[in-house]
Amino acid sequence: MSDIADRVKKIVVEHLGVEEEKVTENASFIDDLGADSLDTVELVMAFEEEFGIEIPDDAAETIQTFGDAVKFIKEAQA
Amino acid sequence: MFDLTGKSALVTGASGGIGAEIARALHAAGADVALTGTRQEPLDALARELGSKAHVLPCDLSDDAALKALPGEAAGAMGGLDILVNNAGITRDGLLMRMSDEDWDRVLDVNLTAVMKLSRAVMRGMMKARWGRIVNISSIVGTTGNGGQTNYAAAKAGMVGFSKSLAAEVASRGITVNCIAPGFIETAMTDKLTEAQREATLVRVPAGKLGTPGDIAAAALYLASSEAGYVTGATLHVNGGMAMI
Repeated sequence: MSDIADRVKKIVVEHLGVEEEKVTENASFIDDLGADSLDTVELVMAFEEEFGIEIPDDAAETIQTFGDAVKFIKEAQA
Repeated sequence: MFDLTGKSALVTGASGGIGAEIARALHAAGADVALTGTRQEPLDALARELGSKAHVLPCDLSDDAALKALPGEAAGAMGGLDILVNNAGITRDGLLMRMSDEDWDRVLDVNLTAVMKLSRAVMRGMMKARWGRIVNISSIVGTTGNGGQTNYAAAKAGMVGFSKSLAAEVASRGITVNCIAPGFIETAMTDKLTEAQREATLVRVPAGKLGTPGDIAAAALYLASSEAGYVTGATLHVNGGMAMI
């Protein structure tokens, strides 16, 4: 697993208080990991800080799963 | 009770009577205060009076660039921002039939839009801290209406709806958003009343006297405190019984 995925997973685990095993590629923050809408905003804020990137609101809406987040951040940093 | 030691507060309109008294109350409870307003001199005088832990940050809230910079400047000066008191307000009174777009826009910009922008800007820090207080100074006329103040009353009522909605969004993060609705308070604004107008007003106030800025500051101190943590989306009417709502 890439370094980015590890760092994203760490944020998700800490923020949502879920087991690491549950944070899989297709795990939806809201449907599978118990996030509410405010949690998703906070996750995006945390990703922005961790990776020093800007995630615009329309892009943030497309980040539904752990895999989405990793993919977006990889592309933003490329 | 109401110990704000270690907390940082930004008070807008701190050059005015009510804002200055709110800043004094929060400061007396131990908070660092950032004083903002358009007039530098009264802000400097208030900072001198308070001594340490008072920071002067002049800002015209109708200037969008200055408004954007303000929360960051306040957090920088105080090391954080836990309490936001949106007290700044202006009036441009007149009958609607004669009201210019500019008088409408300016009152809505300063009294309502600036409240939204400042609240939005401080949210990130409060969310992270899992603690925050936003206290918006509305007005009795936002509830009762007042001829000649369609713009002001619309902004002040809008503030209440805004506060309730934001309160619902962030309650789970330990952030409360409340309003205070002052009635007639002794300030430079009400000093302009003639004796006859004053008499006519007092007839409508069961308490038989105007309120003081201290009455509003006490309410603000309460809503800013940890003790008021379960109070959110509320409007505290401080009006001597003028409107019991």
